[in-house]
Amino acid sequence: MAILAYAVAATGGLAAALLGLAGVLGTAFTVRAPWLLPLGGLEVTLDPLGGFFLALIGAAAVPASIYAMGYAAGERRGVLAYNVFVASMCAVPLAANVLTFLLAWELMSLASYVLVVQSGEREAVRAAWVYALMTHAGLACLLAGMLLLGSWTGSFRFTDWYAAASPLPSWGPGLAFVLLALGFGVKAGVIPLHVWLPLAHPAAPSHVSALMSGVMIKLGVYGLMRVGLDWLGGGPAWWGVAVMLAGTVSAVVGVLYALVEHDLKRLLAFHSIENVGIILIGLGAGMLFYEAGLPALALLGFAAALYHTMNHAAFKALLFLGAGAVLHAAGTRDMERMGGLIKRMPWTAACFMVGSAAIAALPPLNGFVSEWLTFQALLQNLKIDRPEVNLVFALGIAGLALTGGLAMACFVKAFGITFLALPRSEAAARAHEAGRAMRVGMGLLALACVVLGLAPTLVVPALAKIGADVMHVPAPADVGGWLTLNVSGEFASLSTLAVAAALVTALAVPAATLALAGIGRRRRLYETWGCGRLLQTSRMEYTATAFANPFKRVFDFFYRPVTQLDIEVHPESRLFVRRIEYANPTSSIFEDWLYRPALDALHRWARRARGLQSGSANLYLTYILAALLALLVLA
Amino acid sequence: MFHQLRVALRTGIVTEPPPAGEALSLEALGARLHEEIHRRFGRSLHIRQVDAGSCNGCELEIGGLTGPHYDLERFGLHFVASPRHADCLLVTGPVTLNMAEALRRTYAATPDPKIVIAVGDCGRDAGIFRGSYAVVGGVADVVPVHAVIPGCPPSPRALLAGLLDAIGRAR
Amino acid sequence: MTPDFVAAVAQVAVVGAGGPLLVGLLRTLKARLVGRRGPRPWQPYADLAKFLRKEAVVSTTTSWVFRVTPYVLVATMLVAALVVPVVVSRPALAFAGNIILLMYLFMLGTFFLALAGLDAGSAFGGMGSSREVAVAALAEPTIVVAIFALALRAGTINLGGVVERFAGDPLLVANPGHLLAFAAFFIVMLAETGRLPVDNPATHLELTMIHEAMVLEYSGHYLALVEWAAGMKLFLFLTLLANLFFPWGVPAEVALVPVALGALALAGKLVVLTAALAVLETSVAKLRLFRVPELLAASFALAVLSVTSVFLVR
Repeated sequence: MAILAYAVAATGGLAAALLGLAGVLGTAFTVRAPWLLPLGGLEVTLDPLGGFFLALIGAAAVPASIYAMGYAAGERRGVLAYNVFVASMCAVPLAANVLTFLLAWELMSLASYVLVVQSGEREAVRAAWVYALMTHAGLACLLAGMLLLGSWTGSFRFTDWYAAASPLPSWGPGLAFVLLALGFGVKAGVIPLHVWLPLAHPAAPSHVSALMSGVMIKLGVYGLMRVGLDWLGGGPAWWGVAVMLAGTVSAVVGVLYALVEHDLKRLLAFHSIENVGIILIGLGAGMLFYEAGLPALALLGFAAALYHTMNHAAFKALLFLGAGAVLHAAGTRDMERMGGLIKRMPWTAACFMVGSAAIAALPPLNGFVSEWLTFQALLQNLKIDRPEVNLVFALGIAGLALTGGLAMACFVKAFGITFLALPRSEAAARAHEAGRAMRVGMGLLALACVVLGLAPTLVVPALAKIGADVMHVPAPADVGGWLTLNVSGEFASLSTLAVAAALVTALAVPAATLALAGIGRRRRLYETWGCGRLLQTSRMEYTATAFANPFKRVFDFFYRPVTQLDIEVHPESRLFVRRIEYANPTSSIFEDWLYRPALDALHRWARRARGLQSGSANLYLTYILAALLALLVLA
Repeated sequence: MFHQLRVALRTGIVTEPPPAGEALSLEALGARLHEEIHRRFGRSLHIRQVDAGSCNGCELEIGGLTGPHYDLERFGLHFVASPRHADCLLVTGPVTLNMAEALRRTYAATPDPKIVIAVGDCGRDAGIFRGSYAVVGGVADVVPVHAVIPGCPPSPRALLAGLLDAIGRAR
Repeated sequence: MTPDFVAAVAQVAVVGAGGPLLVGLLRTLKARLVGRRGPRPWQPYADLAKFLRKEAVVSTTTSWVFRVTPYVLVATMLVAALVVPVVVSRPALAFAGNIILLMYLFMLGTFFLALAGLDAGSAFGGMGSSREVAVAALAEPTIVVAIFALALRAGTINLGGVVERFAGDPLLVANPGHLLAFAAFFIVMLAETGRLPVDNPATHLELTMIHEAMVLEYSGHYLALVEWAAGMKLFLFLTLLANLFFPWGVPAEVALVPVALGALALAGKLVVLTAALAVLETSVAKLRLFRVPELLAASFALAVLSVTSVFLVR
């Protein structure tokens, strides 16, 4: 039964992907039903950017649904919510007016809330609560911004906002941008609005996490793209600066938090924050170049952002599905209890390896291509002749480079501790390979990572055309042949096909030479070198905590780790130690310095405001009298 | 930094010429094996030193080999940290009961082809500790030994001569 | 057999053969500086040949990652050899990417090597992996910003373009920003190739190892490949330092005489850099592990200063 429903979702996803692809390639249509509901009624329209995101959602839903057919086969809960989730996500990029958009948005949030809370555990309930709270705070901001824009321009249709008939007040676009950016930023998981992400994404089942991380947060990015470049026709430089700074901070902070996480899915959730940051860096660059009147470079930054959106959907979904397979097999999400899974789950390990290499931006996979493109956009910032903007770009460059290195380090940890060496617990030792449906889902995404990495010459021109449509600039000329991607004329070029071919040759030739020469045929299996000790157990392996230790010490001003050491000694002599328990948890500065004080202040004011509801009927009559008088005066 | 440079440049090379024609009492196994060892390791020998319970007298002398006066690197000999990288195990000390298994595992961890050189009187036959309750015997009682460099402790010169002879370079 | 193909093969051969020679030369110079005669500069060739003829002992704990890593390391270095301007300014794969590609190619090798260190399940390997990726991650920003400083003045990020632009203007290298970028990149080279004061390649104490700890499990032909890749990495980094910052003698066209002269010029520059590296390594002590981030932060500061100087000069 559940399998049938997931198959429906997969088919729907495929249809959506094809429709979106048609939209990207130029098909456009509009369907209107203004009589259905107030505030403009329902209206859907397909344009290149919307088509891109629709294709993305559909294409990600297919492997996730196939995976779910194996992962959640016997589970009846959450099946309807999943289908509603996918359908509402597909509706968001198609929405053409405020009502449709917000309806789809809210439906998406509600469906994902149901999916997050579905397991019923205490952690899931709390995660869903924080998620619901934050997403509705974001919705409030979105509502405010959209209603303001609607009342100023006199229409609630998005295309009318671009061709604004009546002029907005001078502070109008800025206020609208801030409100809408906050609302979309909550959904995208931009620092410091990210606190719901590491709670909600691990709590949801893995196929849902894959979609939430892979495509739902991208809808926040979609909104930011619309606000920054389309609805208000671009804006002053501070918008681009804000987006780029938010992106840089999110990227670095996200990966720093991911480095010290040992819950596999929380680690992946923090990486989603990091990658959204990278997307925003590219988007911010695009916005800044657009404002400076350099359309070609603006298209480059925008294309880099779109490419990374696509790539992240591919590899993050793959990683979450892999984490789900590991969770299914080992029964735990804690990396410190895993190990040796590569021998017990070879396909999952291979797919996870592809995902890890992709997210670490290693050539010739897709993550490398989009980070390369982002770098090329950032490195040309001198064409803008304003030092403060150049400084922001420089920060972006340094932040992006640091993020790349730290992401690689984090995935060495994630893959190495989870899959390699000896199993660290009984459950890991008894792990079994994932089922066929799960493997097919993961395999499809791994294939997508490879293909997207080898085909930038096909993808980038299409993305540039999308950008040209959004920013209302002419599409760029030819960007190179089938082999090489040329960026900004002679500035830089990339050919992942050539790199991949060279790597394969460089792998094959030495191996073949050695084999032909008869070298390397003598091989003996023995134990790991351990200085002659008698036993090798999993207790002697490096732990995830130890692996992250250098980073904890280098960035301790950021992590503020707290050492908890508990030593249990023998009752008869303090010299004999029975047990040592060591924990080194890091504190989250956002929760400590931003959210807790804000919530405490809110509680304080709420307590004081409680005084207004004293229960005394006389006081209430006074309130009514005062309100009546005020209305009479104002009228 | 510059002071150290000045001292280094002023002192110059102090390496002594290699020991040649010294009377060495070595026990080697057969000429054919010797030829083979010379062919394989004559130009490059990686040595892993194993302390199988020695008093560290031999280690101090072995340590002198890496210094400027005796400089074993000029012959292509090199000390390594892991037996996986080694061709030769340089074993010191009478093999104590506690270290016997460790020595066997080190031997097994070393890739073939390999040679074992026992150092000192202790390595040859447990030296002054022969018969002790804590000692297994010489190194040959635990792992197959190709050559012995006797002495208590052998001087670095004797060690170097012995090593060179073992790889067939002293002739 | 077009000239380009011949040049590409020649370049790979130069890097492949030159790597071990450079390592050997460095060891000899270091030995001479401390009063030893030291090994011959071609000793690493004998070492590699011997490793190839030994058996490989593979731990039962490891997986295919362990066995594939040496080949991946060699492959990334060989591909990088075709991107770095060694004997010509635009080698065969120059169109395929720029410094960003190089940076991530090296990271591909580090990624697999770190995984191989974890694969054996020993504490040494895990420790080496953890430290190596920490150092590599912290060195990344400096590379990009230092090359950005170069690209600003050259007007292109293309390595071949940078080389050609500076080769035609010798005074450009006396620019203080240029020298700052060189200093920053030099420190990064020390970190990435595992030389003193970041990492001691000759240490036997596992607690002080960074790179060596990850290769403790390798033997036989695997070890030969890993050591060869390490030699090539040193060669490539020194070539980047030599040809990007002092690009005299790097030919732009592929013809026999200019390429031969370019090779000679490169040899001269590499000998000078190796001598400088030998002097540095014999004079300084290894830094404590948690002081290395301070050194890398200092190199980042130098790179940022280099970029700022470009803005000031404009």
